[in-house]
Amino acid sequence: MAATPATEIRNYTMNFGPQHPAAHGVLRLVLELDGEVIHKADPHIGLLHRGTEKLAESKPFNQSIGYMDRLDYVSMMCSEHAYVLAIERLLGIEPPERAQYIRVMFDEITRILNHLMFLGSHALDIGAMTVFLLCFKQREELMDVYEAVSGTRMHATYYRPGGVYRDLPESMPKYQASKWRSAKDAARLNEARSGTMLDYIQAFTAAFPAAVDDFETLLTDNRIWKQRTVNIGVVSPERAMQLGFSGPMLRGSGIAWDLRKKQPYEVYDRLDFDVPLGVNGDCYDRYLVRVEEMRQANHIIRQCIEWLRAHPGPTMIDDRKVGPPRRELMKEDMEALIHHFKFFTEGYEVPAGDTYAAIEAPKGEFGIYLVSDGANKPYRLKCRAPGFAHLASLEEMVRGHMLADVVAVIGTQDIVFGEIDR
Amino acid sequence: MSERIEALAGKVDAQLKGSVRRVPSLAHELAYEVDPAGLATVCRTLRDQEGLKFEMLMDLAGVDYLQYGRDDWETFSATRSGFSRARFPEGAPPDPNAPGRFAVVYNLLSITHNQRLRLKAICPDNAEPVLDSLVDIWASANWFEREAFDLFGILFRGHPDLRRILTDYGFIGHPFRKDFPLIGNVEVQYDPDKQRVVYQPVTITPRVLVPKVIRHDHRYEPALKDPQVPR
Repeated sequence: MAATPATEIRNYTMNFGPQHPAAHGVLRLVLELDGEVIHKADPHIGLLHRGTEKLAESKPFNQSIGYMDRLDYVSMMCSEHAYVLAIERLLGIEPPERAQYIRVMFDEITRILNHLMFLGSHALDIGAMTVFLLCFKQREELMDVYEAVSGTRMHATYYRPGGVYRDLPESMPKYQASKWRSAKDAARLNEARSGTMLDYIQAFTAAFPAAVDDFETLLTDNRIWKQRTVNIGVVSPERAMQLGFSGPMLRGSGIAWDLRKKQPYEVYDRLDFDVPLGVNGDCYDRYLVRVEEMRQANHIIRQCIEWLRAHPGPTMIDDRKVGPPRRELMKEDMEALIHHFKFFTEGYEVPAGDTYAAIEAPKGEFGIYLVSDGANKPYRLKCRAPGFAHLASLEEMVRGHMLADVVAVIGTQDIVFGEIDR
Repeated sequence: MSERIEALAGKVDAQLKGSVRRVPSLAHELAYEVDPAGLATVCRTLRDQEGLKFEMLMDLAGVDYLQYGRDDWETFSATRSGFSRARFPEGAPPDPNAPGRFAVVYNLLSITHNQRLRLKAICPDNAEPVLDSLVDIWASANWFEREAFDLFGILFRGHPDLRRILTDYGFIGHPFRKDFPLIGNVEVQYDPDKQRVVYQPVTITPRVLVPKVIRHDHRYEPALKDPQVPR
């Protein structure tokens, strides 16, 4: 009898990305598969590396604020926040109270923006189209707030060391009737925009919890959603700490850690909100944590609106070395003109020293390690991106899972390449 | 806040006397310089000792101190309220072999005690800056160390997989070193004859838009704060 011929079994190596819609940008993932089971996953990153930190070393401090928006381009103002906080700590200045409330409000608006993006794309990646459309409808309304306050829908450059660029506008931009939009439609869209910006945000916060209920109706008890997320990418609390997790990834594993509560910055210690925690540390728990964070962010925004209505005041520190003088003053006051000139040509010098300023960004701890040698430019700027640590654990999280679960894990990590590649 | 910092400093001093040295920092922060030879031991103690429990390595940053404190445009000390005049610096360019050029800064976090701590290790050798890898102590060090290797050329002894991470495949040099030009050395272009992307030396010229200025500003210099001294 002839011997059975030896069958050669080989693992399959596959490229996932860099142009894959579920890779959330430019992730090249080299996967080693045994059938459909993943044995090894090697993420190749850096395809979006722009050298932000090196560029910042060649520019005065204020000119790099705009780069921060482009790090995590779905939670723009939060990255700005960490950067201006680091500068403020080295300068030893503190913004006026109103600016602090505005910052907190926009941090939370940004959190909702980010989590809507997370939810929409995560759901789309694992097969639920409707949620994506609903999320983007809500996102659009908040983008308008960004635009009204800063002039741009995404890359706001709104925070400044010493405060924010300007006070909240008294009116919202309005739609106009055109060939493509009837007068009736424009009037309907403008209804919420007739008052001040705070009125507009308040109307949004009133309607938003119902929208979150809609997302939850579609997903939370959905059988397919649970099959795709429950027990996928489980991380134990010990491993989560070892791997440097932060934000919802850490809280999903059941560790009660939120910088807004534990190391409060700005006015978070005066606001009332809860920190949701997961139990199992799987994709489903992290989804639940983020959904609840949206509700809590909504609650924080409402408190900020209430305070901001009652307390008008300056939004920028009164220090001509850190902020420009008023335009009218500049026209008649020699010293103001000199300050204006020096501020926009040379910038301001930050005392020598180093600091690490961290904030609770939507994705986790976003930190800025800033070294200054007393010059008008940073000597070294290091952005601690939460996604960097999360993506580093991808191999551990997907090993032994099926190929389709890679998409679920990338989604749950809420990867954005702007901040990972920097 | 500062009592908490001092209490922590007391614990660190009690556990690690002699192997770490406290360095100046902002009031709400605590920073130490650590002898590179004892880095791994110190970190293990910081992670495991009761009272310290720094379970997390939040960040690891390489720093190149080559041009620290050197400006493009020197200034005299400022008057009490005004701006000072500028002059161009004199003297030779900084020596790349001067000791203490490369350092790695570790930002640690203790979730148990809600404390942060910063460690700085200065690489003993500039030509071949090497430090012990901390992957065994904190798994998050893996990619952070790869990044520091890629961008600064700092090597980590005992790292399981020290590859480049952010730069291109086949990249030459370590771009975040201060002697690496901001515009880089090579640029890529599509060559229609060869029908592929080719590398060539950069064609743009570097320029400084805003000179680096270090001012001894009256707000931060006690000697300049005195209103009695006219300048």
